[in-house]
Amino acid sequence: MRVPLSRIAHGRSGDKGDTSNIGIIAYNEKNYPILLREVTPERVKAHFGALIEGRVERFELPNLGALNFLCHGALGGGGTLSLRIDAQGKTMAAGLLGMEIEVNDSELSR
Amino acid sequence: MIRIANGQGFWGDWLEAPVRLVEQGPIDYLILDYLAEVTMSIVQKQKQADPLLGYARDFPPLIGRIAAKMKERRVRVVANAGGVNPVACAREVKRLAPELKVAVVLGDDLYGRVDDFLARGLELKNLDTGEPLSLIRSQISSANAYIGAFPLAEALATGADVVIAGRSTDTALALGPMVHEFGWKPDQFDLLAAGTIAGHIVECGAQCTGGNCIADWQTIPGFANIGYPIIEAEPDGTFVITKHHGTGGRVSLETVKEQLLYELGDPRNYITPDCVADFTTVRLKTDGADRVRVSGIKGRPATPFLKVSISYLYGYKATGTIVYSWPDALEKAKKADEIVRARLLGLGLRFEEIYSEYFGANACHGPAAPGIGQPAEVMLRVGVRDKNKKAVDRFTREMIPLVLNGPPTATGYGDGRPPVREVVAYWPALIPRGEIETRVEVVQ
Repeated sequence: MRVPLSRIAHGRSGDKGDTSNIGIIAYNEKNYPILLREVTPERVKAHFGALIEGRVERFELPNLGALNFLCHGALGGGGTLSLRIDAQGKTMAAGLLGMEIEVNDSELSR
Repeated sequence: MIRIANGQGFWGDWLEAPVRLVEQGPIDYLILDYLAEVTMSIVQKQKQADPLLGYARDFPPLIGRIAAKMKERRVRVVANAGGVNPVACAREVKRLAPELKVAVVLGDDLYGRVDDFLARGLELKNLDTGEPLSLIRSQISSANAYIGAFPLAEALATGADVVIAGRSTDTALALGPMVHEFGWKPDQFDLLAAGTIAGHIVECGAQCTGGNCIADWQTIPGFANIGYPIIEAEPDGTFVITKHHGTGGRVSLETVKEQLLYELGDPRNYITPDCVADFTTVRLKTDGADRVRVSGIKGRPATPFLKVSISYLYGYKATGTIVYSWPDALEKAKKADEIVRARLLGLGLRFEEIYSEYFGANACHGPAAPGIGQPAEVMLRVGVRDKNKKAVDRFTREMIPLVLNGPPTATGYGDGRPPVREVVAYWPALIPRGEIETRVEVVQ
């Protein structure tokens, strides 16, 4: 079935220049493998479409049941140059948590 | 064990937080993080206008307010409030709290040394683009090296009640007191990494005690009375993140994890002047109510360079807004955007960038925003940026006329023409450590 990522994860986002950093964390670490499988850099880039101009990198933090995404060229120049209201990508984590993922009933723990 | 509390996540954070941290429970150190990149160029300008300014002006009155309690409870303060004028900041603190001993850390301000660096062949290349600094030499408004925890520890060793630094890293503010108290050495990388990650967790104040927390935010109690974070640090590098009893907010695995990931790059390579910390080694455990125990942290040697943050005048920008009510609010706003752009084109104006957003529809998340039916209202926000100030200024006159000469039901123009703002941009670079010599002075 399809559920929003927010069903199994929370997160926080911030900036490093024109790069948006999005941390996604499994509420229950048992669901971390679902994050690994479903939340790929390709899907993150596709989810935000034109908002992310560059590439998306993914880093794994199995100790926290978390993934860290670096979305390059996602903040309209970043910092003071950006003309976007969310120039520091503060809301990007909430945006990604709205992405739908595919899970089996049996593998869901919360 | 020592207790290190952070009462300020940025210049502009809650004024009451540091006062409450000192009054509402035991702490040994109060740290205050005032500096963002944008702050450095602002304080450099203030110092050019008045040589007695150029620091975080909220800081001396705060110390005046808590000085008696600091003495009574033996609380020491470490802050990067000095901006580009730590000595002037310290003198103002001494004026308002003469009973306190105040030390400053100097040597991070490189504004007056840029020409010397360039003349000696240090190119200070932009870390992102590889361009040499000479390209923007005439536009530079500040230049500072990020300094680490050891100069702060040296300042604490003078016995100062208040240590004021310029551009120290945020994490060093927490690590400095640990180095001082526990006698950690520059080659004890695991310990330095532990103190660095403790500093990372608390550097944004209440962002690790329930503020801006997505996990179950509706259930977080007492935002109005939110407790700011306290590190209970042990000499072996383990620590607990907590807050004072009876305060609002929450310290949980979720609130700490969210902050661990905030503004994080490669988690194995968190580079500071003191060490390279590995976030994949962090172990978290609940340790009672509003307490999270952190252990297991590993680190590696610091790099041979320090990061330099240079600010320079890039150009100008302005953003104008106008609101359309339903029905068809989004369609009206899009039509208005089309009209503004056509008029700017008709005037022969070109911009480096022009960007339009639709508040209430998709401004924050673009294509990732949820579908909307019939929004009650939509705000169009158009922004332009260019090196030509006149073009940007002309743009600021093109939004309001839409009220009378564009689509119907426009409103929300009450603030008049938007201001033209300077764009100060950042130039990150590296400098060999040997170029930077910090020194500590006790200010009388």
